[in-house]
Amino acid sequence: MTIFAVIASRLSKAILTLLAIAILNFFLIHAAPGDPAVVLAGEAGAADEQMIEQLRERFGLDQPLYVQLGKYIAGIVQLDLGYSFRQGAPVAELIADRLPATLLLTMTAFVVSLAFGIAFGVAAAARVGKPSDTVLTTMALLFYATPLYWLALMAVLVFSVWFGWLPGFGYETVGANYTGFARVIDIAKHLVLPALTLGLFFTAVYMRMARASMLEVSQLDFVKTAKAKGLSDPVIRRRHILRNAILPVVTLAGLQAGQLVGGAVLTETVFAWPGIGRLMFESLAARDYNTILGVFLVSAAMVILFNIVTDIVYRIVDPRIGARS
Amino acid sequence: MKYLKLKATTFLIAASLASPLAAQEAGGRLDIVVQPEPPGLMLGLVQNGPTQLVAGDIYESLLRYDGDLNPMPSLAKSWEISEDGLTYTFKLNEGVKWHDGEDFTAEDVVFSADVFLRETHARLRASLAYVESITAPDPMTVVFKLKEPFGPFINAFENGTMPIVPKHIYEGTDFANNPANANPIGTGPFKFKEWVKGSHIHLVKNEDYYVDGLPYLDEVYYRVIPDAAARAVAFETGEVDVLPGGSVENWDIPRLAEMDGVCVTEKGWEFLAPLAWMWLNNREGPTANEKFRQAVMYAMDREFMRDVVWNGYGKVATGPIASSTNFYSDDVTIYDHNPEKAKELLAEMGYDGEPVSILPLPYGETWQRWAEAVRQNLSEVGINVDIDSADVAGWNEKTSQWDYDMAFTYLYQYGDPALGVSRNYTADRIKKGSPWNNVEGYENPSLDEKWAAAATMVTPEEREAAYLEIQKEIVDDVPVAWMQELTFPTIYRCNVNDLVTTAIGINDGPRNAWIEK
Repeated sequence: MTIFAVIASRLSKAILTLLAIAILNFFLIHAAPGDPAVVLAGEAGAADEQMIEQLRERFGLDQPLYVQLGKYIAGIVQLDLGYSFRQGAPVAELIADRLPATLLLTMTAFVVSLAFGIAFGVAAAARVGKPSDTVLTTMALLFYATPLYWLALMAVLVFSVWFGWLPGFGYETVGANYTGFARVIDIAKHLVLPALTLGLFFTAVYMRMARASMLEVSQLDFVKTAKAKGLSDPVIRRRHILRNAILPVVTLAGLQAGQLVGGAVLTETVFAWPGIGRLMFESLAARDYNTILGVFLVSAAMVILFNIVTDIVYRIVDPRIGARS
Repeated sequence: MKYLKLKATTFLIAASLASPLAAQEAGGRLDIVVQPEPPGLMLGLVQNGPTQLVAGDIYESLLRYDGDLNPMPSLAKSWEISEDGLTYTFKLNEGVKWHDGEDFTAEDVVFSADVFLRETHARLRASLAYVESITAPDPMTVVFKLKEPFGPFINAFENGTMPIVPKHIYEGTDFANNPANANPIGTGPFKFKEWVKGSHIHLVKNEDYYVDGLPYLDEVYYRVIPDAAARAVAFETGEVDVLPGGSVENWDIPRLAEMDGVCVTEKGWEFLAPLAWMWLNNREGPTANEKFRQAVMYAMDREFMRDVVWNGYGKVATGPIASSTNFYSDDVTIYDHNPEKAKELLAEMGYDGEPVSILPLPYGETWQRWAEAVRQNLSEVGINVDIDSADVAGWNEKTSQWDYDMAFTYLYQYGDPALGVSRNYTADRIKKGSPWNNVEGYENPSLDEKWAAAATMVTPEEREAAYLEIQKEIVDDVPVAWMQELTFPTIYRCNVNDLVTTAIGINDGPRNAWIEK
């Protein structure tokens, strides 16, 4: 099968999957106790029946569930994610507003953790049993085991409160009105702590996986053959071992990449990062059905998309996969 | 005796705005935390706490109120109440303009109260039921005529209760879906500039504000910081200047208050006067028994809870009316911490150890700890308690469907028992589906009549006597377990002056605030 045929068949399946996910999410959300009209009215601390009824009517909650579902599905088929009555804006707009911040944060964390994870893993495997290997693996274990929330707060405490080196929260300096390069620098400064916090955990995961996989592959016969051919160690590591050892890392990275769009609720909350994870969390608390469903759907689409991308990357890294099927 | 200045004889107060002193410095920027992020800024449509905080600078109402709830001029420069208590006449300030440059007139007031808010504002609607007509005899005069006297009506002109909205933008439109809601236009001291969702809301000085010299500040930023610990850090690092009440957990307050140049005030909550209590389900289970409910009151060491759970902020409640609300009296049965008495009452009723559940309010760690303190006190007198849990939506569902034994809540009082107290105790307010009415299911027909009569008495003296009688009787019945009057301290940098000067505190604080450089 050519790569294009694979993509076409995957995409057609993906659309059905997405539809099923949308329907399932719809019922899950509506099964949760609570009523968005009452939540919205409740924040005002007072409400009468007329107000609750008005809100329900506006939200369309006065209609039977199947009618609401029908309308929702009809909407998403036309790529309309609906309207957030709570926030008074189309859901697509709300998501689009938050998406850049989330992507910047999660992509940075992803790239950094993948690069450092593989580099450290390869380095540790090359020095297996030596002190530098022990230091690296211990660090990885530490970051793997530390709760993200605690790590984030400590990072803020040390780098922001004590030393004052980096801003502790936010996306950029509010009200500074930087433009051009100054703005890029400003955002980058704000990005450091959240991206590191989010990235450390995955760095640890990738490193451990890369190290184990490198060690496993280095025992195989073809590596001995390569050595017997007289190739140098660095060449063997890069061209023979790494290429074969990388597949499990790619699998895991594919899984993580799918979650990039879903945001990182904890990190975004602690660092006041205006991303999509917070949007989802706050909408969930308010039972803002359309917004939650919208975020879920976009995240699901991304998971599917990145699964397809992962499959393609497999074929590039290991041509045998395409040849076999 | 705070109502004395409100005597029902005809009176007139001339515009007596704080005269600007030489010391006040213009300019500067104020960063205030807003939590959670408001769902919208159109104050006529949304009246939750964060919206009132931000939109209180954009919109205005006819009156403001000082810390003793005496009315002060705002959009109205003077007002008059007729001797029979039926006619309220307001003279409006001249030269007031909407932020889009249109003139503000009495027609805007009539439209706001009679058309817009009547449709959108549940709490005001209850007061408007007493109103026969709202008219504008000339462009600078508004007259409210009532069907019968309604003492608390003078408190209905507060900004969160009756914000004035622009007629020229909203007349004949679908209010909820008007595109102008995203770009609110008011008459207030600050104009809406920008809202970066999830980050901040930016307001700028209204250069054409009708009070000379005001506001002093050039701009105000409301910062959205979702994590309580991060909010504390933001204040420590100087990123924000003001933490409105409730922005940080209580145990952080002493630490922040000790910092250099940091001031704390408990003022600014007199109008809202949040009172916390536990609903005790009067319909079924042990809580249906009056003796059990009294036992709960005696079993609790509410002073200890105030000192430990709330770090000493607040005041133990004596009954349904908060002490800053009009007609409060402490001449009632006082429930002190008396475990022996509680045990006696439980023995008298023959309590068999049937467990009761407590549903805390899902507003953070303080509330969780409060429920745990209550559980401990109750178990000391032999009551078996489970702690239930729910998120905000789940809490709303459980309380409004009466699916609880004991549930924490708090509600605002809006200065008068007829506005913010009776709604929780009269039988006509027993209705499923809302967590702000008589959720406990308390029925006392003779008291119902007294509540209704007290609302429409003409003189404050009559009303005071009536409410005293009500308080004495209801406190003995213990329909709910009154916990404490909450105060949410505002934490700010001391060089910010005149931030909290009215009964709604920081909600209209930036209007007068100035920064000492």
